[in-house]
Amino acid sequence: MSDIPSDAKMNLPTVVKCPTGVAGLDEITFGGLPCGRPTLVAGNAGAGKTLLAIEFLVRGATQFGENGVFVSFEESPDELTKNVASLGFDLKTLEEENKLVIEHIRVERSEIEETGEYDLEGLFIRLGFAIDSVGAKRIALDTLESLFGGLPNEGILRAELRRLFRWLKNKGVTAVITAERGAEGTLTRHGLEEYVSDCVIVLDNRVIEQVATRRLRVVKYRGSEHGTNEYPFIIGDNGFNVLPITSIGLAHEVSSERISTGVADLDEMLDGKGYYRGSSILISGTAGTGKSSLAAAFARAACGRGEKALYVAYEEAPRQIIRNMRSISIDLQPCIEKDLLRIRSLRPTMYGLETHLTMFHKMVKDFAPSVVIIDPITNFITVGDNPEVKDMFIRLVDFLKAEGITTLFTSLTHGGRSQESTDVGISSIIDTWILVRDIEIGGERNRGLHILKSRGMPHSNQIREFIISKDGIKLVNASLGTEGVLTGSARLAQETKERAAALEREQEMESRRNALERRRQMKEAQIAAIEAEFAADEEEYERMATREDIRLKTVQEERDTMARSRKAEEEKN
Amino acid sequence: MQGENEEGTEIMPDEATNPPGDAEWELRLYVAGQTAKSITALANLKKYAEEHLQGKYQIEVIDLMQEPQRARADEIIAIPTLVRKLPEPIRKIIGDLSDKERVLVGLEVNERTSR
Repeated sequence: MSDIPSDAKMNLPTVVKCPTGVAGLDEITFGGLPCGRPTLVAGNAGAGKTLLAIEFLVRGATQFGENGVFVSFEESPDELTKNVASLGFDLKTLEEENKLVIEHIRVERSEIEETGEYDLEGLFIRLGFAIDSVGAKRIALDTLESLFGGLPNEGILRAELRRLFRWLKNKGVTAVITAERGAEGTLTRHGLEEYVSDCVIVLDNRVIEQVATRRLRVVKYRGSEHGTNEYPFIIGDNGFNVLPITSIGLAHEVSSERISTGVADLDEMLDGKGYYRGSSILISGTAGTGKSSLAAAFARAACGRGEKALYVAYEEAPRQIIRNMRSISIDLQPCIEKDLLRIRSLRPTMYGLETHLTMFHKMVKDFAPSVVIIDPITNFITVGDNPEVKDMFIRLVDFLKAEGITTLFTSLTHGGRSQESTDVGISSIIDTWILVRDIEIGGERNRGLHILKSRGMPHSNQIREFIISKDGIKLVNASLGTEGVLTGSARLAQETKERAAALEREQEMESRRNALERRRQMKEAQIAAIEAEFAADEEEYERMATREDIRLKTVQEERDTMARSRKAEEEKN
Repeated sequence: MQGENEEGTEIMPDEATNPPGDAEWELRLYVAGQTAKSITALANLKKYAEEHLQGKYQIEVIDLMQEPQRARADEIIAIPTLVRKLPEPIRKIIGDLSDKERVLVGLEVNERTSR
């Protein structure tokens, strides 16, 4: 009647969950299966239903202190024990420790004659007895549908199944019921989903282009949110492993330590320090651009620091890699001898994607490397279609990052396509992306390297020429002429040309300087000449002026003399 | 527990109509408590046995409510289940045994007794 306080709504009873302990499944279901309720696991033959059911019980008994009953309608306890031993599940010991009961219920149609009314009380009694004998909290029924083949009266069977699920709920056991997938899209062959409606999980083992991939999907989870995607899963040597993309929730430890790329010039381009430890690096480029060489240099650098490196080669055999790298003075042999480097050559097409993942998990767990190199990832495209490969790589990178491993992938891009588009489109999960490209100028092919991105560090924006020689790897400043970036002989030619031009310019300056000097001398000579002329003129003038003076004086004197003489004549007269 | 029903249709655990051991026909009836189906089944079984196997049979009634561990041995899931232990091979008949013909066929009574 009264208003519900707002925070009481938050505390409304929700589904109590029972952790399965199956890697990844608890993440998808946000905590596990509905506690005390039945869950239906449907799938085709060989999809892994029995295994999931067994693992649910084994994990319950070993990790959560919840004992279990496995009711097998098909396999005998011996067969079961053998089948799951390869996954590290020791059913025999669990049985001896009274943590697990395997109840084998065999229904042989040919032995049974039906004569009137009956019920399945015998089944109930057996289950009840088994549950009570170990105080079981978990039960698995595999596969209940065998009853449909074994018992003649389906009407009675259906009524009894309904009663069975009610009974299981009353018992408070968390149940996993397996069922065969039905034809034409129905969930189960005999419609068991009608009785089990709390949680339905579908397993699938699909073969696409001859490669089998296992998938799991939570179709329904009453009263709870759940991941709705199809999640690939693997059955490895430690059981089921569902691989949700978000399994680590991007919450892994981040290191700010930097480690060398193995190529001093490349370190320099990456802020002078190299890659971040624990980051993922992609080196992409067309064929023969030196991706593997960079990878090998990185591996050797890791071993040089005394760290372990795992090199997974999808194209070359270990010996071939060692030989080839020795030719460019990257000697991997000592690293292998010290067991710091392991090279594993695999064929992508040999296994399904999830098997590759399993193998990575196993190799990484066994060897505990700090550096993993996968060369190249592109070959996986032959294994699965693009979204699947992408999915797998996101999971792989997640896994490796969670382990704090620095991962270097190489990727082959095809000539025709944009350099920046890698085939698997995994850019978003890559921290440092180095692009190696061919530059074709003047009838030769040279390699240019640039850093497309590198999260969390200032990095060079240059395209450097990437030179692989018997002395190792060098990155030189590519020549930036008027015609753009030049490499190789073109770069050398350009450099010669530039030197010649410089010389020419110098010579021209020299001659101009000389010319000027001559002009100066001419100017000075002319000035001197004019001055000399002027001086001569001046002199001439002086002379003339003096002569005139003398003449005038002379004339006066003559006149005076004349006058004097005339006067005298006059006086005489 | 004392029987209150004088007609003898009440099921007593391990009730045997003949001393065990040397009977040609060894029959086991699995029941779970005093249900109508179980009572009917036992009554039917006794009647057919008396008619066709007089003196040659032995019936053991097992109440799984009291001995749940015994369900495993004969692979019992349906109740009631009649198991013919002898003569071999083992035959199982489920239900309240109300269909006399099918019970006799199921037990192969006519085949074997007419020989």
